[in-house]
Amino acid sequence: MKKDRIINKPLEARKASPLIVSLSAVFLGIIAGCIFILCIGKNPFAGFERILFGALSNTRRIGNTLGMSTQLILIGLSVAFAFKTGLFNIGASGQMLMGGITGSILAYYLPLDMPRIIYLPIIIIASMIAGAVWGFISGFLKAKFNVHEVVSTIMLNWTAYWLVYDFIPRFIIDPTISVKSKPIDAVHTLRADWLTNATGFSTMNYGFFIAIAMCIVIWFVLEKTTLGFNLKAVGANRFCAEYAGIKVNRSIMVSMAIAGALASLAGLTYYCGYSNIMEMGKMPNEGFDGIAVALLGNCSPIGIFFSAIFFGILKMGRGSLAATGIPTEIADTIIATIIYFTATNVILANFWNARFKSSFDRKEEACKTYMKSKGDGRGVDALTSAEFREYAKSGKALIKSSKEVRQ
Amino acid sequence: MSFWSVITSIIPSAIAYTIPILMGALGGLYSERSGVTNLCIEGLMLFGVFSSAATIVKLQAIPGFSFVLAIVIGIAVAMAASMLLSLLHAFAAINLKANQVISGTAINMLSTAVTLFLAQTITGSGNITIVRGIVRQNVPFLSKIPVIGPLFFTSTYWTTWICIIIWGISWFLLYKTSFGLRLRACGEHPSAVASAGVNVHRMRYIGVMASGLLSGLGGACILVTYAGEYNAGSGINGLGFLAIAALIFGQWKPLGILGSTFFFGLCMTIANMGKVFPVFQSIPTGYLGMFPYIATLIALIFSSRKSAAPLASGEPF
Repeated sequence: MKKDRIINKPLEARKASPLIVSLSAVFLGIIAGCIFILCIGKNPFAGFERILFGALSNTRRIGNTLGMSTQLILIGLSVAFAFKTGLFNIGASGQMLMGGITGSILAYYLPLDMPRIIYLPIIIIASMIAGAVWGFISGFLKAKFNVHEVVSTIMLNWTAYWLVYDFIPRFIIDPTISVKSKPIDAVHTLRADWLTNATGFSTMNYGFFIAIAMCIVIWFVLEKTTLGFNLKAVGANRFCAEYAGIKVNRSIMVSMAIAGALASLAGLTYYCGYSNIMEMGKMPNEGFDGIAVALLGNCSPIGIFFSAIFFGILKMGRGSLAATGIPTEIADTIIATIIYFTATNVILANFWNARFKSSFDRKEEACKTYMKSKGDGRGVDALTSAEFREYAKSGKALIKSSKEVRQ
Repeated sequence: MSFWSVITSIIPSAIAYTIPILMGALGGLYSERSGVTNLCIEGLMLFGVFSSAATIVKLQAIPGFSFVLAIVIGIAVAMAASMLLSLLHAFAAINLKANQVISGTAINMLSTAVTLFLAQTITGSGNITIVRGIVRQNVPFLSKIPVIGPLFFTSTYWTTWICIIIWGISWFLLYKTSFGLRLRACGEHPSAVASAGVNVHRMRYIGVMASGLLSGLGGACILVTYAGEYNAGSGINGLGFLAIAALIFGQWKPLGILGSTFFFGLCMTIANMGKVFPVFQSIPTGYLGMFPYIATLIALIFSSRKSAAPLASGEPF
């Protein structure tokens, strides 16, 4: 209110915030999901009720949902971080595989009596390095040879897929089931006894805290450091950044390496925490869900945290859908639809802006009517926002009563 | 096994792998030339695989229904279905001025999820396997020609010839007609085309829809030639992205993409035929599997620097 006075800013209509745009995308995605469920002749409300039941009905399920959200937070951060530099990292699946295989191999070969305080940092750092290298390759190809990062990350996804296909039988095979790795011993996963017991043997693990820590670190890097500023400048306009003396090529490589490291952390929490085996010939879907998480969270760490929890609920809750006869893939369909609508966020924002504008115009009109009737000579711009709100309300009542009189 | 017999078994197989990638890349060519970046070739092709598989399985189950007719109808349905899906991308990219990379990724994910969703409702499992695909045939007379006969005209699929004809027609359409000139101009300088009285939005819709049609055809070709099933687990293994890479490697030109897709087809053959040839037996499956993707990366390194991409590709108008 005071601000309005000081800079004498004219009152204007509210702008659509990223939150409202994201919520609209979620709303539209859920509507699309309902239509799909109706198409196969099932009851959508029963479906969504089952999803919520499956994800949140007891501590174990909540623990599992958070366990699933852990990966999504980290991948969301990875995609968002690259996005801030104007890069689209859809290679999170491959980077996850690299982080997972590094962690799994170390877990298999490091001695079991090793103190966890030493062991955990080793696998975390090793897998981050593996993912950073994998991400760096894309960044390097983009910076030096102008190879489109979307194509190169997809190619690296499949390279990682076949590399893991080769490494599992070579290093960590379970001889009894020859397509899976040997289950990692509990003390070598990221799970903690107190956490497992507190959540009724859920999949929740230390990864969740790593993910929260990473949210804070990434927020700090992006908002408070020169590195973050440089990366964002490159993302906003790479030519402008170049004129300002920022090393664009180096920024691209650094950004992709950090994005790769974050995604590989997700792989570590997925394969050595959430689960304890790796399967041959399986591409983790979570890498693509992370794109949805990042976009829905407007690429901000706090937004990513909440959107990851939302997608975690969708992904864990779908397991309970079997009773209703709805295929569990409805969750993926909803996620994909939400991305489609976040891609069209300009239209959603325009829609809300137009809404706010027309409501503001109506208020302004009412305000003018009221001021005329009171004989107040000031323009609308001279009002404070509180006065504006009050006058608009009275003006509306005035218009309404005058209409009634006319009738 | 002599060298010549290895070559004569590799080349027909390489052609079989080439054709779907060629159709995908040609689809991408229409779309990008009209100015819409199309990263959803993968999703469109997968949709083609699924819809043709579902149609053919239903038709082949009818007793006495001609197998060949079922395949023809299946291919037509795949083309129509992928075109409908591509309309979603067109609508987002052209009317809603969305970020085309994200919209394309959304279509890819949507296609994966929706096909699996429908496959679950139709068959109860993630797989749809057709009873019989296309039978390989020798081309009469031409297969008798020495050297090129056994290489190109023995044990071919009839879809291959249709696709080659479509490639030829596309080249003619894009480079020898006024329609093609307009379409290409929409990708280079849309405002100039608009000021000449051409409806840019309509041209771009045509470009994206053509990419849907051709990707659907490519997907159906995968099914009726070498794959024989829709498998939700592996999808189409990034073939759609190989098609995009082939488009870049071929410098957005019909002849270029013919060459580059054949190169990728050859790589795919080497990756998949490792078990058949004793030459490759000592190399582990994993390394053979990653070979096409690494080859693609290397090919991109050499072709991306001097990019001949349409200027306005990805720019909303």
